[in-house]
Amino acid sequence: MENHYYNAEDLGKFGAVSEWQKTMGDKFFAWYSEVFKEGALSAKEKSLIALAVAHAVQCPYCIDAYSSDAFEKGWSEEQMMEAVHVAAAIRGGASLVHGVQMMNKVKEIAM
Amino acid sequence: MKSLQAMHHLLAEAGHQIEVLEHQGELPMFRDKLQVVGLFPLLPVSAEIFQVNIGKMCNQTCRHCHVDAAPDRKEIMTRETMQLCLDVLKNNPSFTTVDVTGGAPEMNPDFRWFVEEIKKLNKHIIVRCNLTIILANKRFHDLPHFFKKHEVEVVSSLPFYTQDRTDRQRGNGVFEHSIQALQMLNAVGYGTAGSGLLLNLVYNPAGAFLPPSQAALEKEYKAELLKRYNIFFNNLYVITNMPISRYLDYLLVSGNYEKYMDKLVNAFNVAAAKNVMCRNTISVSWDGFLYDCDFNQMLDLKVSCSHSQHLSSFDAKAMNQRSIVVNQHCYGCTAGAGSSCGGAVAK
Ligand code: SF4
Ligand code: SF4
Repeated sequence: MENHYYNAEDLGKFGAVSEWQKTMGDKFFAWYSEVFKEGALSAKEKSLIALAVAHAVQCPYCIDAYSSDAFEKGWSEEQMMEAVHVAAAIRGGASLVHGVQMMNKVKEIAM
Repeated sequence: MKSLQAMHHLLAEAGHQIEVLEHQGELPMFRDKLQVVGLFPLLPVSAEIFQVNIGKMCNQTCRHCHVDAAPDRKEIMTRETMQLCLDVLKNNPSFTTVDVTGGAPEMNPDFRWFVEEIKKLNKHIIVRCNLTIILANKRFHDLPHFFKKHEVEVVSSLPFYTQDRTDRQRGNGVFEHSIQALQMLNAVGYGTAGSGLLLNLVYNPAGAFLPPSQAALEKEYKAELLKRYNIFFNNLYVITNMPISRYLDYLLVSGNYEKYMDKLVNAFNVAAAKNVMCRNTISVSWDGFLYDCDFNQMLDLKVSCSHSQHLSSFDAKAMNQRSIVVNQHCYGCTAGAGSSCGGAVAK
């Protein structure tokens, strides 16, 4: 086993998770492929959402996969970076908005 | 930019390209893949399309070009060799379509004569026009009218509907001129409903990746080109870049070669393999030699029937019974939905 937690080659082995739990694994991959099909949202739009979410959850496998996929589907570098900013803004905002909770608590106990 | 040949680059040699394709990385042999699915030896199913490469001279020097075409290339087909093509076409009615390519085929001084003569034989004619040639010089400005007069089907590359991606692959300014040329083609009726004048566009990935779905991209191209430039066209063909010549050089220099080949191999699709274009096409080089396809032509892999390798000794029966010459580059035709001069081949 490689001496680090993430290995780029492991992305290609994703399907192997079904080996230890076939029913759930098969269901996951069927659902996953259904999610990314053309639907009310196009496959291209879904790819950009996936790219943003990949950055929000900071998954290196997903970033690898959806950087390629989004570019292949025709999003420009600028559009992709804007999507990452959206993810970052929501993450940053999500932290900051809790500042209100902090303010509430402090106001509650302060004289 | 110069051609690989003008730069005396090793990859200008077909033999060196084959060496790389056969020995770099540890890829399964294409012929073994075909064997497993019962398609080896690969056999022709018909002889419908006669594709003629009338020269390597081109006004552009695109980075992905499998022909290594450029303004510095001087190899073009003579009228005598064109006459040999016409003789073969006359004697072989199974060829219903003549696909004229290059380089920029219009730069051959006998191009118009050749098209007129093919038309007299009542064949459907496709010209692979790079669009910018129409604006390159005054003498080409009337090409849309010439195409219309001879009911030529025009097939043109437009790697994307945005300037950035197009110019990265095809050179600065290409997008703008391509748009103007498309508008000129539309102006004479090309791509418009009911005109019968076919204008098909070609998408190639501008990088080391495979093309997306043809149907979805066609829809997007149509909407965007209409909205941005009021341009109409008939079909979009998505074509996979073949690991040959300048695209092979790009893959090697950018460190993408092995990953790209892996992608092609992993995306091998039997349905695409059954429909590869060499099964209904014959490809002719500027000097009259015969190949299974334009890619084999660039790798100098002539047809396997040794007594029928040139127009002057064309033997239809032997050609129909030949085995198609395959090698590792063929993975480019069988990946995903497949790829041919007419786009995807598997639904
Ligand atoms: S891809 Fe076409 S237009 Fe570009 S250099 Fe090659 S032949 Fe010319
Ligand atoms: S590269 Fe040529 S010979 Fe090989 S599969 Fe494609 S069309 Fe056929």
